Amino acid sequence: MSDGNQPPASLKVVGTRPIRPDGVDKVTGRAQFGADFHLPGMLTGRIKRSPHAHARIVKIDISAAEKRPGVKAVVTGADLDVGAGGDIEAGEHAAAMKDVAANCLASGKVFYQGHAVAAVAATSPEIAAEALDLIEVTYEVLPHVVDVDEAMAPGAPVLHDDMFTKGVTPKPTKASNVAQKHVMGRGDVAGAFAAAEVVVEGRYTTAAVHQGYIEPHACVAAWGADGQSTIWCSSQGQFLVRAMTARILNLPLSDIKVIPAEIGGGFGGKTTVYLEPVALALSRKCGRPVKLVMSREEVFLASGPTSGSSMDIRLAATKDGKITAAEMTLRYQAGAFAGSPVNLGCMTAFACYDVENLALVGYDVVSNRPKVAAYRAPGAPMAAFAVESAIDDLARKLKMDPIDLRILNAVKDGAKTVYGATVRYSAFIETLEAVKAHPHYKAKLGPGQARGVAAGFWFNIGGESSAAVHVDEDGGATVVSSNPDIGGSRASMAMMAAETLGLPIERVRCTVADTTSIGFSGSTGGSRVTFATGMAVVEAAQKVVADLRRRAAQTWECDIAHVEWKDGVATCLDPSKDAKPLSLKALAGKSAKTGGPIAAEVSLNAQGAAAGYGVHVCDLEIDPETGRTTILRYTAAQDVGRAIHPAYVEGQLQGGAAQGVGWALNEEYVYNSNGLLDNASFLDYRMPVASDLPMIDTILVEAKPNPRHPYGAKGVGEVPIVPPLAAVANAISAIVGQRMTSLPLSPAKVLAAMGGG
Amino acid sequence: MSRTVVNAVVNGEPVEFLAGGGQSLLDALRDELRLTGSKEGCGTGDCGACSVIVDGRLVCACLMLAPEAEGKRIETIEGLADNGHLHPLQHQFLEHAALQCGFCTPGLLMASKALLDRNPDPTETEVRYWLAGNICRCTGYDKVVRAVMDAAADLRQEGKSK
Amino acid sequence: MVRVVSISSRVRDLTGGLDNFEVDARSVRELLRTLEARFPGLGQLVETEMSLAIDGEIHQDAMMEQLGPAAEVVLIPRISGG
Ligand code: FES
Ligand code: FES
Repeated sequence: MSDGNQPPASLKVVGTRPIRPDGVDKVTGRAQFGADFHLPGMLTGRIKRSPHAHARIVKIDISAAEKRPGVKAVVTGADLDVGAGGDIEAGEHAAAMKDVAANCLASGKVFYQGHAVAAVAATSPEIAAEALDLIEVTYEVLPHVVDVDEAMAPGAPVLHDDMFTKGVTPKPTKASNVAQKHVMGRGDVAGAFAAAEVVVEGRYTTAAVHQGYIEPHACVAAWGADGQSTIWCSSQGQFLVRAMTARILNLPLSDIKVIPAEIGGGFGGKTTVYLEPVALALSRKCGRPVKLVMSREEVFLASGPTSGSSMDIRLAATKDGKITAAEMTLRYQAGAFAGSPVNLGCMTAFACYDVENLALVGYDVVSNRPKVAAYRAPGAPMAAFAVESAIDDLARKLKMDPIDLRILNAVKDGAKTVYGATVRYSAFIETLEAVKAHPHYKAKLGPGQARGVAAGFWFNIGGESSAAVHVDEDGGATVVSSNPDIGGSRASMAMMAAETLGLPIERVRCTVADTTSIGFSGSTGGSRVTFATGMAVVEAAQKVVADLRRRAAQTWECDIAHVEWKDGVATCLDPSKDAKPLSLKALAGKSAKTGGPIAAEVSLNAQGAAAGYGVHVCDLEIDPETGRTTILRYTAAQDVGRAIHPAYVEGQLQGGAAQGVGWALNEEYVYNSNGLLDNASFLDYRMPVASDLPMIDTILVEAKPNPRHPYGAKGVGEVPIVPPLAAVANAISAIVGQRMTSLPLSPAKVLAAMGGG
Repeated sequence: MSRTVVNAVVNGEPVEFLAGGGQSLLDALRDELRLTGSKEGCGTGDCGACSVIVDGRLVCACLMLAPEAEGKRIETIEGLADNGHLHPLQHQFLEHAALQCGFCTPGLLMASKALLDRNPDPTETEVRYWLAGNICRCTGYDKVVRAVMDAAADLRQEGKSK
Repeated sequence: MVRVVSISSRVRDLTGGLDNFEVDARSVRELLRTLEARFPGLGQLVETEMSLAIDGEIHQDAMMEQLGPAAEVVLIPRISGG
């Protein structure tokens, strides 16, 4: 449902719910995902992985594997060649290419169980599997550490002897597992705490969780004899795959063509490379196409989860509920290499609230786990779990309604965030009010049931994007997008083009181009596609309209100022002319006579993305026998600017909420004492299934469209995973009668807290 | 490696293919018959992306051995539409925007078809429990469940008008 | 003069502890040049690893952006996403 702010009547396509252009392919099995490609002569690749959590590679002997008939190529870290140069922007931070390469194939040391050490390409899966066994790796096993607090403790095994904590002056003299310390803040925190009328505090932990996309990583790479190669893969950015692969194999960008396959979910986890450079290195060795597909176990072991965390928080407030100061320390697991999203955790932690005095310290900590990858609103959900739990404590202490307390402290336009941005076009208060007015919030709870409320924030981003609009000879149009479509973005691109051109949506199609067929674009991530690539689509469509007007003016021999474009038709406003309106179809059919094909491509760097705010409400009950939580009712409200395709916006809210519920209740990486992952399967890593959830109601708050986007869009995909952790935990804490501070709130943990079990 | 000839009926067409002893039906469908609509999300029977219907029963194609398909009737996503006409389930999935990435969709559709074949009028709870073997990470299931319920209603309507 | 504020401790490593100072610059490009000249490595760090909040609005790679005479530029860790 909408909050009642109807889109302007002038909009004909934006705000409607057409069927997506790629829909039929997806429901008939025709859509080609990463593992669906076959090429003649294609070989099967497999990767040999470390059985140890931490070890030095003494020797890799590939000679027996190479001799096995049917084995066409074997590669190790020695086959990668990270060219000189800096870092590449990816996922939640700039990716150090040396680390990305060492994560694709280890060099010198393995840092986690499942770390890739070698790869083979063979004529059948069976031979490839045999060849893996023939590769002999001699390890010197080293002590390991997987817990973030233990990794920071003195005496912990140090992963990288060249890691000296950045952001500390003077520079430390000893290597440690702390890659970087972030400090942010403002005001007089000590003073505010001294004067506080109420203080709440707590220590919170969250487990590492996986993005859980159902499609495992997959690619096919084909090296050409002239050095030009092609990669088909499922990723969140074909240009990113090209850049990283080129860097890791030291190849020129123009020699690699990356064709984006359909992508079976990413959520941030496909904003890096694991397989592509390896597949191409194999193909380069034997001259045949090589397919690499991860198993689910490999996905869990060796592709990015997001950070587990440990956090301390203190809030100071007046007895009326105004938060006067906050102090927070965040420690995030980065996995094997530096680069957790802890900086983003610090920046987002209090972004919903206007707090005068703030002190935030973040630690980016490596340990013997897979390197983390971005996951939806990277870094924000954990921080929000601590902050929204603490605010819930405050509401209880002051006996205040949790929404009223949040409204009292909510940021308003003009407020300054701790990270320097000024709040603009925000509808956080409107979102809180929409929840308060919703029937869910007013509904009575049954005995043994409780309700949790929590909020969340995400910046949303813009950045570089390209798009083209081609008018077909029969008056339809094709949109060429530069971003892989994960959740229906082809629909919103086509809609924005249709709206701008004045065409019905059925006359506009959208396709996603490979790296040679459209200008550069950043990845699909950070909730930027509808905003930034959408802006490129609209600008390209506007150029087309300008061109159509020019052609109409030429046809009528009138001044272009007298040509009006409306609903796909040019009308001559010059009263001296007796000119019949010209439809897009008529103009397109005559394009050869008015200057040739009608098309425009726009590449831009979109600025002015507007942040989004979400508020979730969750009702649940707990089985006192088993400690199992049942979610009874769930509502997700969000400041979305303007929903281009409301059904897909609702879908983002519902999907994010479901992932957040999994994070809160069940999902976690479980390590044994040897540092080995105990639950690398969907059976043991429990993600929510249909019977775990109720319907998820949504409220799309469209009170503040983003004026920097032609149709008012804000990013919507990240925010919905931020509030659920605390929304669920706050309700459980209410039933249990004590603050639940450690995720996941598995049945055993809840039962123990209830005094059972 | 010994491979056996397997004869089966796939989506109404008799087919013959070679299968290795340890090969799964899913691999045979995807690699031998090039029916790549059935997906592998786990290979261990835990995600449902490979759901197909064998002699009227819903199975995970990744758990069934290809040689066991001998003499069986197999329905896959490629056969769900009838001569280019979408099945009501496919239609409702599109109408409801019940897919985002679409990777789970073939499996969810086949599982839903198996449900509606045996229970034309399921409750929401019945739909949710029946589909509990099909993980979708994108949608939170809300629109999926609605689409299945509406497709069931469409099919009942169709049945009446026949 | 443009007021430069940093919330990143990485910046402090290079500025000898400064996180609030003034520089003379009329565009982002000029700002980066000036930063690099004054604190070697900082221009490079900002260009490759940071976003800028210019008068409260976040910009990425906005080399062409003009800076007003009393502009405030906050150096922040680069924001991307999932
Ligand atoms: S692939 Fe068969 S159940 Fe997951
Ligand atoms: S739509 Fe992506 S997994 Fe279901």
